[in-house]
Amino acid sequence: MPRTLINVPQSVPRGTVFEIKTLVSHPMETGFRPDESGRLRPRDIIHTFVCTYNGEEVFRAELFPAIAANPFLSFTAVATESGELAFHWTDDHGAIHTETARITVT
Amino acid sequence: MTEPTRRSLLAAGAALLLVRPAHATPQAMAEAIRAFAEGAAKAQPGRVRLDLPALVENGNSAPLTVAVDSPMTPDTFVRRIAVFNEKNPQPNVAVFHLTPRSGRAVVSTRMRLADSQTIVAVAELSDGTFWSARAEVIVTLAACLEGG
Repeated sequence: MPRTLINVPQSVPRGTVFEIKTLVSHPMETGFRPDESGRLRPRDIIHTFVCTYNGEEVFRAELFPAIAANPFLSFTAVATESGELAFHWTDDHGAIHTETARITVT
Repeated sequence: MTEPTRRSLLAAGAALLLVRPAHATPQAMAEAIRAFAEGAAKAQPGRVRLDLPALVENGNSAPLTVAVDSPMTPDTFVRRIAVFNEKNPQPNVAVFHLTPRSGRAVVSTRMRLADSQTIVAVAELSDGTFWSARAEVIVTLAACLEGG
């Protein structure tokens, strides 16, 4: 299970733009590095990140091997209503890791 | 267990050289940008701000922020932002998809830099125009591509 850090404000005035920061532990193996025997280590990266707000997609990122290990992303969203932010990371094995965060809109 | 001979060491070195990947080139980056902008040689400079440290000490993780000067309303918003490099093994770094609900067109992440090079950010607006910005970075310790 990858470890994640998610930074979302607990409560936001309606209509304002707030910042979301996410970090997930992952080696982001590029597929370009040889191991001790000279063979290339197979590529293993998180290639897609999606953030939904009450089920509606607000942000999506396609990532490539040039993204650093433990990919960090910071982006913004408009506070429309209280509810749930969901974060989905998809890696090269097809595994999807999901985390959620509650937000209260005042 | 035999001692490694000069010959076997040389052979191992040659094998390492053979598996070393070719680097992307400025041409490869230009092609990747053209593919993203769908034949738009029309990606005009401006409206995009690309923030990267001018001097990066550790190429394994360099902070990067792209901001686009555009409203984020259902009528006019930034649809996509892509980041490209010219000397990592692949020209692509990331593609971000935004919506009017993003509120602001500002995205940050951290990238690998295999060498001192030029980084380019291209933004696609909802009206179909493309805007770009570039930044030069000098890297003292490159992201490791070799084993170990």
